[in-house]
Amino acid sequence: MTVVHPNLEVTDAKIRARDVSVFYGAKKAIDAVSIDIPSKYVTAFIGPSGCGKSTFLRALNRMNDTIPSARVEGIIELDGEDIYTSGMDVVQLRARVGMVFQKPNPFPKTIYENIAYGPRIHGLAEGKTELDAIVERSLRRAGLWNEVKDRLTDSGTALSGGQQQRLCIARAIAVDPEVILMDEPCSALDPIATAKIEELIDELRGNYAIVIVTHSMQQAARVSQRTAFFHLGNVVEYGRTSDIFTNPLEERTKDYITGRYG
Amino acid sequence: MSFSLLLLLTIGLALAGWLAGRARAWSFRKTGEGVRLAALPNYHGWYVALWIVGPLLAFLALWTTLAPNLVQQSVLADPAAAGLPAFDFQRNAILAQARAVATGLATTTTHPDAAALVEPYRDAISRYRLIGILATLAIAIGAGAFAFLRLKPQFAARTKVERIVLAVLLTASLVAILTTLGILVSLVFETIRFFGMISPLDFLFGTTWSPDPMTAPTSADPTRYGAIPLFWGTIFIGAIIAMVVAIPLGLMSAIYLTQYARPSWRKWLKPALEILAGVPTVVYGYFAALTVAPAIRDAALAIGISGASSESALAAGLVMGVMIIPFVSSMADDSIAAVPQAMRDGSLAMGATKSETIRRVLIPAALPGIVAGVMLAVSRAIGETMIVVMAASTAANLSANPLESMTTVTVQIVAMLTGEGSFDHPATLSAFALGFVLFMVTLALNFIALRVVKRFREAYE
Repeated sequence: MTVVHPNLEVTDAKIRARDVSVFYGAKKAIDAVSIDIPSKYVTAFIGPSGCGKSTFLRALNRMNDTIPSARVEGIIELDGEDIYTSGMDVVQLRARVGMVFQKPNPFPKTIYENIAYGPRIHGLAEGKTELDAIVERSLRRAGLWNEVKDRLTDSGTALSGGQQQRLCIARAIAVDPEVILMDEPCSALDPIATAKIEELIDELRGNYAIVIVTHSMQQAARVSQRTAFFHLGNVVEYGRTSDIFTNPLEERTKDYITGRYG
Repeated sequence: MSFSLLLLLTIGLALAGWLAGRARAWSFRKTGEGVRLAALPNYHGWYVALWIVGPLLAFLALWTTLAPNLVQQSVLADPAAAGLPAFDFQRNAILAQARAVATGLATTTTHPDAAALVEPYRDAISRYRLIGILATLAIAIGAGAFAFLRLKPQFAARTKVERIVLAVLLTASLVAILTTLGILVSLVFETIRFFGMISPLDFLFGTTWSPDPMTAPTSADPTRYGAIPLFWGTIFIGAIIAMVVAIPLGLMSAIYLTQYARPSWRKWLKPALEILAGVPTVVYGYFAALTVAPAIRDAALAIGISGASSESALAAGLVMGVMIIPFVSSMADDSIAAVPQAMRDGSLAMGATKSETIRRVLIPAALPGIVAGVMLAVSRAIGETMIVVMAASTAANLSANPLESMTTVTVQIVAMLTGEGSFDHPATLSAFALGFVLFMVTLALNFIALRVVKRFREAYE
């Protein structure tokens, strides 16, 4: 039922979802979604509130496991490996599929400890020097190093909202993930901080598969190369961002993009 | 008798005032076309009623202390009282007899003078009762009329009533604060008397505690008033043994309840745990004395430790620790639950396991709340009396062996105050000095706990 744009070139899928449905108790939040998410691209999920885009995003690194009533059906593969089999270690999965949340949520620890958290629990660094190097590299990649290098021992919560969000991105890339999921990462930020995050997403694109959920169609147009339009638990249309925005095939997509609803 | 009568009268008058005020407000609404009352009619009623009750309660408080004196004075002015002895003690005895007969508590008098005074007494009592009732009525009508006449459609009765409510609430909170101050003042006063007899240095740093209540107050031996064994016993039982039990168990149960327990389990387990806090300490006391202490002694003997006392510090400490578990766990529970879900999600999304998340994120973030709970628990434990009285004996031992009998500050306060000693003897007064020290320590602990909690509140803003 998903309309896939004919222009969408076939690439190797980093994440392959087939007939994925997500239930909260008896309520079906996602209805048989199938989608391929490529590496080295930014894929945007757009759609009106409550359409299930965040729910689907959280299914991709099994964060829905933390909600007792949530249940997932269908197949989600990461590099061809089903992530919902009992053999899949959630800890390993989440190390490979990082996540950035809607509201910046740095731990109430120092900036250094926030970044070192992931490498520590996954044993990525041997000794202090290696850990220092990971912290510096992550902060540099997140474009935060110059702002915080002199106060790594300050609390992460003392930073501004935009800096906190970049800290969270740095925290996510510190464990060297393959996929980064971003759940409306700019909705709590002002326009300047938003611009910085968008710039950062663009820079990170080459190394990861990035999936971003956003309410802002301008943001989707600015940062993404692939766009999926979600509506009522379905992916209505999926294609190159330029095609979706300039030449939507579905009436509902057109209505949403032109601001008819949502 | 006359007091309850007056009180009843007050309530009746207030009710009348309430009804009158309300009726008047309703009448404003009926008569005036399009009149908007500034307050609901009930508030007008309350305004009048409170104006009646307030002055009357003040009058009653004054009158109940004043009236007996006035009665007695008018009896003494009676010619029949002219022959009474001038000596206070005798005179009061005779007057008391007369009063007892006059009020119907006794039927006959044993003293001849008293019989003559019964009649004047009866007259005076009924006279003053009448005066009391009349004054009550006058005050009620005066105050009520004053309030009643102030009622107008635009009268802001609601804000006035709010202000009165505020005053009542303020008074209520002042009672607690003033009581604390009163306790402190009386403690300080008696403690100073004690330190006048025994030097504070001997008391605070001496290592032998065996007060001698039977010696003459002036010849008390200061070297027998060293409170160190008591402080040690208190800390050892309340702050060390009890906390070794309570902190891990309380913390772990809080973690289980907030992080692992299914909601249906939690619904049952949490109240069940809190029942522990509601068990009377006496019950814990005999549980400690009759069940735990003998078991510990037997266990010690079985593994070859001789000389284990049947009233051991260990027994008291263990049971106290169990008693304290709900304090630690409910504070820890609250502060762990108060850590935002976003922190937990953030950690889980990094690939941390549940227990790593708890250990590395939740507990550090909740630490101030947990510490505050532990502080409160410690101050509760060192102030605890019953368990130690029953399970840990009154022998003041300065020892690190938990199997020995020990005593605490609170137990000695009980022992000193319930003994035979007189109130000018340092042995008795030492109870106040001990109480003062205990008060200061628990106050300091509570203060620290409150400061920590305050910091905790700012953590996520």
